[in-house]
Amino acid sequence: MLKVIEVSKTYPTGAKALQNVSFTVDKPQVVAIIGPSGAGKSTLIRCINRLVEPSSGEILLSDVDILALNRRELRKKRRQMGMIFQEYNLVERLTVMENLLSGRLGYVGFWKSCRRKFPKEDIAAAFELLERVGLSGYQDTRADALSGGQRQRVGISRALMQQPSLLLVDEPTASLDPKTSRQIMRLIVELAHERGTPALVNIHDVGLAQTFTDRIIGLAEGKIVFDGTPRDITEHVLTEIYGEEDWSSTIRKAD
Amino acid sequence: MSDNQQLDMPQWHRIRLIGNPVIRQGLIIAGIIYLLWSVNSLDIDWARIREGFPRAAGILARMFPPDFSRWQLLLKGILESVQMALAASFLGMILAVPLGICGARNIAPAPIYLMARTCIILSRTFHEIIVAIFFVKIFGFGPVAGVLTLTVSSTSFIAKMLAEDIENMRPGQIEAIRSTGASFLQFLNYCISPQAMPRYLGVSIYRLDANVRHSTVVGIVGAGGIGQVLAASFSRYDYDFSMAILLTIVTLVFLGEFFSNWVRGRLR
Repeated sequence: MLKVIEVSKTYPTGAKALQNVSFTVDKPQVVAIIGPSGAGKSTLIRCINRLVEPSSGEILLSDVDILALNRRELRKKRRQMGMIFQEYNLVERLTVMENLLSGRLGYVGFWKSCRRKFPKEDIAAAFELLERVGLSGYQDTRADALSGGQRQRVGISRALMQQPSLLLVDEPTASLDPKTSRQIMRLIVELAHERGTPALVNIHDVGLAQTFTDRIIGLAEGKIVFDGTPRDITEHVLTEIYGEEDWSSTIRKAD
Repeated sequence: MSDNQQLDMPQWHRIRLIGNPVIRQGLIIAGIIYLLWSVNSLDIDWARIREGFPRAAGILARMFPPDFSRWQLLLKGILESVQMALAASFLGMILAVPLGICGARNIAPAPIYLMARTCIILSRTFHEIIVAIFFVKIFGFGPVAGVLTLTVSSTSFIAKMLAEDIENMRPGQIEAIRSTGASFLQFLNYCISPQAMPRYLGVSIYRLDANVRHSTVVGIVGAGGIGQVLAASFSRYDYDFSMAILLTIVTLVFLGEFFSNWVRGRLR
């Protein structure tokens, strides 16, 4: 499904954000990417849909090399990658429904989208998603009138409207309270599993990652230092990723 | 030595812009000399200033009562000014959209950004009067030159404001809509336009109000509107008619300002 091969990114400032990162996601699983701030988590996720251009390497999504695409082909490919953001990144002055439908922009011509004439199936899918994420009745509310948790639900729905074959999720819970964080994380994982969509989730919270995801990749200074199941996370592994600290209370007790 | 320093009272001096006292005082003296020299070299004739006061009183006296008898001419000029302002604002609003989008660093490629910014800066370089003189030379006396003049200044003003508004947008929304695979037009329609619209409209309305004021001025160099009528009345010493025109302009500007505030208040 997704193959990342020897991807490196050096910023013009000389900062080496990623160094020869390789991994494969070959089944619909939710993969957490953990690591300290500045380890390259955001860069990695943005390299996959080329919001950031990698310096070298290959990224294969459904066997197509994303880095070889021209602009038009890239737009087509981006439709297959839904992105969810830390600060939700809703267009605030648009309504909830318009934000959801913006997930279909890659499939609809300009004039249709300009007149907000979307196919019936898209509208139906939007209402279905609103109900699924618990926002029935909010379709005409402007995005800036929603709470953080509600906004993230809209952000998730917008990404899913693309019917993506991959979800890229960048710190979905970092701006939310602990309870909402768990709800949002659970929602993302449930939806990914329901739809058979693999997801890459950047996340700071190791406990949340262990509780909800199927696989964890640890990044440190632009390199992969751990790749395994949540059960494989030990104090030693966390020290390798984040550095020396007392990790005993962070690790989820085996049930 | 160090013992001595410790015994001394703590010292403090304010930090001067120029540390070296010789240079600092030299510059002050040079400044004063230049000021004296320039006042002296202007050759101000105090006698003429003294004679000017009674003349001013005379002109003022002849301005009253204001003469509204030629109101048809006055009305025609005012209407022409308002039409010029409306046409120029409308054209400016339209032309400013592509220029403003091209002039936003965060969404336009570097060469296009530089070209658009150069365009904006160039058209803001010259005062409207100079642009108006230029257009009068090309298109002759009348409102065409006036409309073109005001269009140039409106376009660059609105475009500059629009570009800066787009540049101030939070980058997340831009990333989000780009990552849906939207085309550039769709991106403008779903991301830039909803976020930039209120300020764009506000600036455009403000510009309409400003254009009403400016349209009364460009006429003085022959670019049509009430200004042209005003200039003619001054040169024919019809000061009472001039006063009537001035009063009308004041009223017009008041109304323009009132309207603009009202509309912008409702846009929020």
